[in-house]
Amino acid sequence: MTGATLYGLCAAVLVGLGLFGLIVHPQPLRKILAFNLIGSGVFVLFGAVALRGAAAGFGGDPVPQALVITGIVVAFAATALAVALLLRLFR
Amino acid sequence: MAFDTGLAVVVLGVAVWTIAARKTVAAVAGFVAFGLLLALVWVRLAAPDVALTEAAIGSGVTGGLLLGAATRLRRIEPSAAGETLGIGLKLAAAVLCILVATGIAAIVLLLPEPAPTLAPQVAKNLDRTGLGNPVTAVLMAYRAIDTLLEVVVLLLALVGIWSLAPDRAWGGFPGARHHADSDGLLAFVAQLLVPIGILVGIHIFWVGSTAPGGEFQGATILAAMWIFAVMAGLLDTPAVNRRWLRLLLVIGPAVFLAIGLAGFAVAGGFLAYPEAYAKVMILTIEVPVTLSIAATLALLVAGPPERPPNG
Amino acid sequence: MSLVLDGLSILAVCAGAFFFLAGTVGLLRFPDPLSRLHALAKADNLGLGLVVLGLLFQAAGLPAALKLIGVWLLTLLAGATVTQLIARTVRPTEPQA
Repeated sequence: MTGATLYGLCAAVLVGLGLFGLIVHPQPLRKILAFNLIGSGVFVLFGAVALRGAAAGFGGDPVPQALVITGIVVAFAATALAVALLLRLFR
Repeated sequence: MAFDTGLAVVVLGVAVWTIAARKTVAAVAGFVAFGLLLALVWVRLAAPDVALTEAAIGSGVTGGLLLGAATRLRRIEPSAAGETLGIGLKLAAAVLCILVATGIAAIVLLLPEPAPTLAPQVAKNLDRTGLGNPVTAVLMAYRAIDTLLEVVVLLLALVGIWSLAPDRAWGGFPGARHHADSDGLLAFVAQLLVPIGILVGIHIFWVGSTAPGGEFQGATILAAMWIFAVMAGLLDTPAVNRRWLRLLLVIGPAVFLAIGLAGFAVAGGFLAYPEAYAKVMILTIEVPVTLSIAATLALLVAGPPERPPNG
Repeated sequence: MSLVLDGLSILAVCAGAFFFLAGTVGLLRFPDPLSRLHALAKADNLGLGLVVLGLLFQAAGLPAALKLIGVWLLTLLAGATVTQLIARTVRPTEPQA
């Protein structure tokens, strides 16, 4: 089993764990945490695909890696907005 | 391989802790540790730029944001919860999640061989962009429009957060006022650490054109230094109706958009750079964008205004 | 020569890992927060210092070596600050000895 496959399977488990936490937890902040876990799992999946695309002297395909960087930043923006809405709701 | 297996097991273990912990503050602490371990995973996936971004934004600022929210919600947490699911629904949810995870695992095991990749095309045109780091080249040259939209999305999220201010605090100061503690410990450390941090942030931004790094990672470090100075009581958060703050936030996307539109006239397409000036154009975009993103990230963590703007 | 350097690196990193292990055992087994902070400080400062020492032998030149030492010093600073802050928060709940 190559490193990419291992981390791809790890990503699958992360998405499953995050989805479980999202459904099962009643507190909204725990749901936001679980949602971030799902996001991290998806990003690691992209990373595994990027690792498989190593070529031309690069360690990994740079296009999915750049997409993941964009994704991490946008996920943070979404989390910030969600947390602000949550705090306003329960003020 | 053994190291990868061990790392994946530890990452999953910390993820299980984040889901299963009883108290929210413990879960958030687990999430911060998870983010740092994930940065190690990114290094093993040969993606050092992503590792820096994950450690800085995914674990650092997100962790700080969630920890602040968790402590604020600690008092009202029991009443803030919806209803707990019964055991039957939890089992059904577990089955659904196992199905989803198995589906994704099947996709991972059935990925096509040989792996399709864009790396040769990135390498072929890398010299024309004048950059040495392929990820920065993808972010700022090949897919610059994604980066432009990302910067705008950050700004929109900030506007959304500001719109949550109560009427009396409209346009006012975000967050509570922190005062330097009586022993001055945090203030002393902040005075020592913030200049070093600003230097490190600028270095990581600058070196991103040829080595792992880049504007998002550098901007996050600058934002973290601003947040630290505010928490230590050295600075107050600026009131959000101040013109200089709004100018700082907007100048990055504005320059980006202007150069993009100028690309129509100069090089034949939106966000196209003239061949000889590619590196200069990219730098001209990157400097204001770094400043804007640093301010945006710091204000996203600071939250909606809570104190009235004039007094 | 490089064999000697590699051997020293492995020795130092293993020693650092041992201190991290000891610090973690202290974190899990000590009864109250102040003694746990004491254990963590050993792990952070000494353990990381030994790991950095081991990596110094592998460093690719003076700038890289200085950056490694800089990492250790910054961690020392951050660790000391956080330890102080946590200790002050915990102290009022301790019984007055």
